[in-house]
Amino acid sequence: MAVTGAEILIKTLEYEGVDTVFGYPGGAVLPIYDALKESSKIKHILVRQEQAAVHAASGYARTTGKVGVCMATSGPGATNLVTGIATAYMDSIPVVIITGQVSTEMVGTDAFQEVDITGITMPISKHNYLVKNVKDLSRIIREAFHIAKTGRPGPVLVDVPKNVSAQLTKYNIPEDVDLRGYKPTYKGHPTQIKNAAELINEAKKPVIFAGGGVINSEAAAELKILVEKTSAPITTTLNALGVFPETHPQSLGMLGLHGTPYANYVVTECDLLVGLGVRFDDRVTGAVEKFAPNAKKIHIDIDPAEIGKNVEVDLPLVGDVKTILEELLPLVEERENREWNARVEKIKKEYPLRYGETLALRPQYVIEKLGELTRDKDVVITTDVGQHQMWTAQYYKFTKPRTMLTSGGLGTMGYGFPAAIGAQLGNRDKLVVAVTGDGSFQMHMAEMGTAVENNLPVKVLLFNNNCLALVRQLQHFYCNKSYSAVDFSGNPDFIRFAECYGAKGIRITKTEETVPKLEEALNNDSLTIIECVVSNEEMVYPMVPNNKGLNEMIHFEEGEDNGR
Amino acid sequence: MAVAKDLREVCQFGNLMEVGKKMSGADILIKSLECEGVDTIFGYPGGAVLNIYDAIYRCKKIKHILTRHEQGLIHAADGYARSTGKPGVCIATSGPGATNLVTGIATAYMDSVPLVIITGQVAVSYIGKDSFQEADITGITLPITKYSYLVKDVRDLARYVREAFHLATTGRPGPVLIDLPKDVTYAETEFFYPPEIDLPGYKLKPNGIEKEVEKASEMLKEAQRPVIIAGGGVVNSGAHEELLALAEKLQIPVSTTLMGKGSFPENHPLYLGMPGMHGTAYANYAISDCDLLLAVGMRFDDRVTGNVKTFAKDAKVIHIDIDAAEINKNIHVDLSIVSDAKNALEKLLGLVNEKDNRRWLDKIEYWKKEYPLKYCKDSTRIKPQYILEKINEVTAGDAYFVTDTGQHQMWAAQYLKCVRPRSFMTSGGLGTMGYGFPAAMGVQIAHPEAKVVTIVGDGGFQMNSQELATAVHYNLPLTICIFNNGYLGMVRQWQDLFLDKRYSHTEISQPDFVKLAESYGAVGMRVEKPEDVKKTLEKAMETPRPVVIDFLIEQEENVFPMVPAGGSIDKMLGR
Amino acid sequence: MKHTLSVLVENKPGVLTRVAGLFARRGYNIDSLAVGRTENPEISRMTIVVEGDDRVIEQVTKQLHKLIEVIKINDITEDEHVHRELILIKVNADPAHRMEIMQIVNVFRARVVDFGRNSLIIEVTGDEGKINAIENSLHPFGIREVVRTGKVAMVRGPKHKNGKS
Repeated sequence: MAVTGAEILIKTLEYEGVDTVFGYPGGAVLPIYDALKESSKIKHILVRQEQAAVHAASGYARTTGKVGVCMATSGPGATNLVTGIATAYMDSIPVVIITGQVSTEMVGTDAFQEVDITGITMPISKHNYLVKNVKDLSRIIREAFHIAKTGRPGPVLVDVPKNVSAQLTKYNIPEDVDLRGYKPTYKGHPTQIKNAAELINEAKKPVIFAGGGVINSEAAAELKILVEKTSAPITTTLNALGVFPETHPQSLGMLGLHGTPYANYVVTECDLLVGLGVRFDDRVTGAVEKFAPNAKKIHIDIDPAEIGKNVEVDLPLVGDVKTILEELLPLVEERENREWNARVEKIKKEYPLRYGETLALRPQYVIEKLGELTRDKDVVITTDVGQHQMWTAQYYKFTKPRTMLTSGGLGTMGYGFPAAIGAQLGNRDKLVVAVTGDGSFQMHMAEMGTAVENNLPVKVLLFNNNCLALVRQLQHFYCNKSYSAVDFSGNPDFIRFAECYGAKGIRITKTEETVPKLEEALNNDSLTIIECVVSNEEMVYPMVPNNKGLNEMIHFEEGEDNGR
Repeated sequence: MAVAKDLREVCQFGNLMEVGKKMSGADILIKSLECEGVDTIFGYPGGAVLNIYDAIYRCKKIKHILTRHEQGLIHAADGYARSTGKPGVCIATSGPGATNLVTGIATAYMDSVPLVIITGQVAVSYIGKDSFQEADITGITLPITKYSYLVKDVRDLARYVREAFHLATTGRPGPVLIDLPKDVTYAETEFFYPPEIDLPGYKLKPNGIEKEVEKASEMLKEAQRPVIIAGGGVVNSGAHEELLALAEKLQIPVSTTLMGKGSFPENHPLYLGMPGMHGTAYANYAISDCDLLLAVGMRFDDRVTGNVKTFAKDAKVIHIDIDAAEINKNIHVDLSIVSDAKNALEKLLGLVNEKDNRRWLDKIEYWKKEYPLKYCKDSTRIKPQYILEKINEVTAGDAYFVTDTGQHQMWAAQYLKCVRPRSFMTSGGLGTMGYGFPAAMGVQIAHPEAKVVTIVGDGGFQMNSQELATAVHYNLPLTICIFNNGYLGMVRQWQDLFLDKRYSHTEISQPDFVKLAESYGAVGMRVEKPEDVKKTLEKAMETPRPVVIDFLIEQEENVFPMVPAGGSIDKMLGR
Repeated sequence: MKHTLSVLVENKPGVLTRVAGLFARRGYNIDSLAVGRTENPEISRMTIVVEGDDRVIEQVTKQLHKLIEVIKINDITEDEHVHRELILIKVNADPAHRMEIMQIVNVFRARVVDFGRNSLIIEVTGDEGKINAIENSLHPFGIREVVRTGKVAMVRGPKHKNGKS
């Protein structure tokens, strides 16, 4: 049976179980869109700008555990994806990106809407392909999915020239994928596993440190057993929030630059740090030489290149977290470790997370309330980038994996709302809340159109301070309070803005309005913007200054309250 | 108190640069920009550029424009550059800030627009470690910049800035990127702005083109049916006067590419309109029938040539371009002159005598009469072409026009009458949706007193509509004309003509644009009837604030004429 | 310290760009890079000489390995191996000095591959030490141009490293 390249492409996507594609049509993908229209299995979501397509695919992937798929035309369509691809790459999110390209004979001639997207995305994709022959298309798509979701996941881009998608080929989808140069290691080295168990059993002051890799390998249950067996406190990275219930007494919350004070102190004191699916990012470690200075470090990660990249480790263990934990757990002794836990409790009591309690509406308070009101619901929280992101990480208290989506590695403003759209499309029955700031939200707020068009009842919790306040905070500390180019006068009236899309707008200006208005918003079934009017002088505490150790963080102090 | 001490230490860090004669990298950067005469920077702050923004804060000579998305600021810088001829300067932070610029960089690269782009980067010791907000932006932009720098030593900074401006603005202009790690912005050295530039690999071609020009003058003398196609290179080199003089002296009809629009007065009898896919029928006929094609500052893009085998098949082709790599790239030429357009045309003018091409011009007059640009006039529904005719009436050409990408872009290219170079801005090579509105902001900032009209589609406007906040913030009195048809119209047109009307995902909903404008405190107007078009335009242009006009146009109007992709340009649909 | 990496990669377009891009992006210094296909036409071998301490080399190796088209990497610096580089030297050679130059050529078992009126092109194959030595010996006559291939290397003995194992 002869089919066009576009048809075999769509068939292969169906074969991979794809049910949703985020995209934007254009000249070079005309044949692909024509074939897509015929597919009964794949729903296409038309976004308003391609960047949102990748973010939405990322939100879809992170909440469902499946590969996210997005599509764009050649030239500007493809370049608009770049930030989204880099965002997914930094956070190891499996996304397959299909871009149109000018016909093969025109490639390299600076043709209309031609851009070298495989060249451009080389540093920010796990792998990419330019398909030159229609016979290879189906195999390449299968390889792309395989590479995207196995090993350390990541984005894979497939660039399909227009003539390739129009050419005829035999209908043939290869069953097996075999890549000579790509064989990720899943099983850990047995001796190393034994050594790790010994270190864990011997440690007096162990801390478990979980990252996004634990979520990617679906190892939350095993992690919980490890924590409870060892009685060790556990801290997580930003990307791993929810992998362990933060309501659990052993949870320390997030570590790092704006981590909880107690996590930062406990890690500085510990004698063993068990890193699981983490990469010791600079936001987590602070000054590397002062990071967990007394601790032996075990590093379990599927990506061998992460071992020893930022922090020297005593015991590396390359492999899949879940697979390794399954073998490690039987070797780990069950124990209580009262002394260390008493010490941890003391630190927790002495240095809690704190914020000011003046009458003004405090964002931290709003997020605490959001946490309380949604704790028992099936909920997904996405955040943008900025102060609200850190407050959400600190105060929400996540309890389940895949419920917190944020751009951790690249720190992409504008991620939250499109990611929420993707999350809602993958989880129609869940409550999806995008926590955002006025700066971040404006980057992609045109996606309100996408949400309305698809009847997505996403809740946008918008902290409006008419300011790029995290940059302002940095200028406060590092630039002698010269607040340069952070003022956002000219912002729209967000309530009227919501209304012009036919969505709901609710404004919170006072503390006492918080709970009733939040309830009102969360219980309606339409797209809603909840605007919280907050001060731009609010600061995120604690904060580890540049080149300082985690224990040298600046704490919140009464009186400096609003950071004046 | 430990906390306060920490704070003081941290704050002092910012003050060190005022000690002694040495300057920080950030101050050197800003001083260098001052040395280049930069008056406006388009930017968005962030962690990695913190110190640069501190230097901007102290700088009194340069105005900083803050947008709502980095893509908005680079298009604005692009509009600033295209409308002034000066390089546009923009700045963004590392990671997502830098990657958000990519489309804008590629847009400028394809259209040879001089931009100097400064991106923040993580500290040198963190590079290559996947640090927070790290992206390899020099690697990413390798295929879409004229050149790029990663500054690892503050002592190189001033020289790199000097070189970047030189590279961006000379030869074939283009975007140049400077990636500046955070620690380099704090590092100090003495400021010295080098007067000389030493780039052994970058030689602008010397002026030895006399022989070629003489040959060209002879070919022009012999030609019976000559045609000139003028491209963006004529605009870039400021050769419009020479072009007009040459065309009049030799009585040669002139067609301008999309990028060359405005380089030849469009009310001139010798003007042929645009060639190519959506060009005028008479331009395409003239090119197909000519015996000599003088191509100036253009690159024979596939949108211009259609099928290269049948393009100007009877003609000898003379190609004047500053970029030697463009010669014989897409079509084979008989004579090439590697030079900037102004220099070549000046020399050519000196060698040619007045000539009369009556018979050839009569033939062209016949084509113009027989196959004019046309559309079905309608008294109830608004035709997009009609709006453009009214814009011509209201502005009389005394305005800057900026378009987005799509059907409206082609209608604007066909119907707007531009009489000055640099008065028409559009994304020609990359065809970037979302370009028009932010670019218009840049144009308005460069020309505060001028009338700036931007023509956008409902799809393209939604790509960067967040910049309404910027327009309101700086109170830019733009007239934003949305040609609203509820479709991604150009793609729909292709589906209509070539895919049996299978409209796959080209229908797009939109907000109430009037209310949207109002939610920002801008002015919103809606036009639903043809008789209101002119009135509304007049009212909008008198309003000293940003105005969004939502024109509800005929939904399934197509752009004609149209040469199907890869077809011969004399075989047009809907001629 | 300099390390020699022997890298087997898929013989496909774009692979060299990926490798070169990786080195640029991560800030590693390539001393030399030679590439050509192996006995298996689907596979190419790159011999890369990199400057860096053990930690850098470890990262280089691991990051290279993440490239999908990289099949196998061996750091053969410590292994018993044969390594060679080919160099072409154009040296000033007026008739008065020709004999002297020819003697040097013979000593180093090099070859003269082109005679010009006032210059010679000399081809030398060998390890780094030999190549540096002949370059130094010819220096007084005036070297006009030097072209080097970069180092290629092969491990001695039966160890078979074509990536099939």
